[in-house]
Amino acid sequence: MIEALNLVKWFGPILAVNDVTFTVERGEVLGFLGPNGAGKSTTMRMITGFLPPSSGTVRIDGHDVVDDPIPARENVGYLPENAPGYPEMTVTGFLNFVAEVHGLGGQDKRDAVGRVVEMCHLRPVLHQPIDTLSKGYRHRTCFAQSILPDPPILVLDEPTDGLDPNQKREVRDLIREMGKEKAIILSTHILEEVDAVCSRVIIIDNGQLVCNGTPDELRKRAPGAGSVTVGIYDHKAGEIKDVFSGLKGVKRVDVLGEHNGAVQVKVYPVRQDGNPLELGPVLANVMKERGMVFGEFHTEKGRLEEVFYDVTRAEQEVASDTEKVSNNVG
Amino acid sequence: MERRCRNVWTIAKRELAGYFMSPVAYVFIIIFLVLSGFFTFMVSDFFATNEASLAPFFFWHQWLYLFLVPAIGMRLWSEERRSGTIELLLTMPITAGQAIIAKFLAAWVFLGLALILTFPMVITVNFLGNPDNGVIAAGYLGSFLTAGAYLSLSSLTSAMTRNQVVSFITAVVLCMFLLLAGWPPVTNMVTWAPYWVIDTVAGVSVVPHYDALQRGVIAIRDLVYFASVMGFALFATGVIVHSRRGA
Ligand SMILES: Nc1ncnc2c1ncn2[C@@H]1O[C@H](COP(=O)(O)OP(=O)(O)O)[C@@H](O)[C@H]1O
Ligand SMILES: [Mg+2]
Repeated sequence: MIEALNLVKWFGPILAVNDVTFTVERGEVLGFLGPNGAGKSTTMRMITGFLPPSSGTVRIDGHDVVDDPIPARENVGYLPENAPGYPEMTVTGFLNFVAEVHGLGGQDKRDAVGRVVEMCHLRPVLHQPIDTLSKGYRHRTCFAQSILPDPPILVLDEPTDGLDPNQKREVRDLIREMGKEKAIILSTHILEEVDAVCSRVIIIDNGQLVCNGTPDELRKRAPGAGSVTVGIYDHKAGEIKDVFSGLKGVKRVDVLGEHNGAVQVKVYPVRQDGNPLELGPVLANVMKERGMVFGEFHTEKGRLEEVFYDVTRAEQEVASDTEKVSNNVG
Repeated sequence: MERRCRNVWTIAKRELAGYFMSPVAYVFIIIFLVLSGFFTFMVSDFFATNEASLAPFFFWHQWLYLFLVPAIGMRLWSEERRSGTIELLLTMPITAGQAIIAKFLAAWVFLGLALILTFPMVITVNFLGNPDNGVIAAGYLGSFLTAGAYLSLSSLTSAMTRNQVVSFITAVVLCMFLLLAGWPPVTNMVTWAPYWVIDTVAGVSVVPHYDALQRGVIAIRDLVYFASVMGFALFATGVIVHSRRGA
């Protein structure tokens, strides 16, 4: 559905997007993660055909967005960053206009507008000019225009920006629901959002793609992923440490201290191809053999924050070493 | 073809409605009517000429437009850039060319509406004497075409910047060039140049074409002149919109 191949974008001397390649299929919700200024919006602008790439291609359903723009654009709904809208127009006026641009008229137009008004809860502000709307309503109005022609592809730049927690949740539910039959790309810097809606995640930093995988795959890359914390009664810390350290698949054992009479240890697994080995069964077995009584037993899944921090920080260190052109434009 | 026309119509309709949803339209129309009345009656002393003609009325239009048309045209693209709606507009299933033509046409129709509202002038001269209404019609045509030429240049400058003040001032200067190009002080600046340069500079001037229409002469040559100015300026607008989309 969406193919982005070797996208590069220069703004004068600034390299905003550096060789980004990915594809999104129908039924996928791709989360675009990255710190501010990473190049998320620039990439989305190239996908929607607003900005021409300096090199590389974008194909929407096989149509090149630069050479064959109209069929490509017909299939894409776009929510730009900051949710722009014509300030003097009313919400209905605006939505009707968008419907007409997509060739809808008469009953079709009324149906399409009515549908998004319900989906985005815009009824209370229908006849209000856009520049008098609160940020949440303005954002939802622009979101409504993006889904109005029911396009098979959605490109949403920070779709929950400026919404309150309830509204955020509603929009996420909506995106997840639509993601079942559409191809959706959304950018965000809110990590919980990724878990809530995305089936796949891309992390981009300094214009470069640094991670691409499902949220679970990514989580496994967290430094603490797969580690087991266990609290054991009636054994000395040193002894526990010796026993566990000798096991296959264990990389390191940290003694965390004593808590309610139990020695707490944290056992880190060896990684194979970047994935942590499963420690649970191994540890449970050895404790059973030795008659160790344990209270707490907890395997860490790994947190996205950790991965995010890990990959984006590492990238920055490389950047300062190799004297990249600094991003001096805000 | 049908599809293209529909796109242009949809965008133009929105634009035109936009004028009337903001105070811009009303302020513009009132100022235009008041000023054209003021110059015609007070400065040119319309009644004292004792002629049933609208020549003094039309004479002032080319000067009034110098400031009023850029005031309308300056927002055409700057405003889209400033509010970010350019990102919506240029990612809709329409071409940039359609958007440019639609926005231009909407503004031009709006200027035409303001012009039509001067109809009491026509009634007045017909009431007072026996004017040549053919000449008056040609005069209106000339006035409308001049407004269009100025507007196309304003569209060009507004595509260049998101700052409306810069856009306005640049447009006034360009329009002033169009108005003064044939004027001796301007052509004298380039006396050192070969004849064809002087001729070219003078040929850019709107004045001889405007005057011809004011005399009631509708010649192909003059119509071609106006069409070329508008065509060129809108084409250049397209080039700029295309190359400066993200800026
Ligand atoms: N029109 C532009 N002109 C110059 N630099 C730009 C422009 N747009 C974006 N940039 C730069 O490109 C980089 C990426 O920006 P952006 O894509 O907006 O990041 P993100 O959306 O991930 O926060 C930033 O360093 C930004 O300053
Ligand atoms: Mg952004």
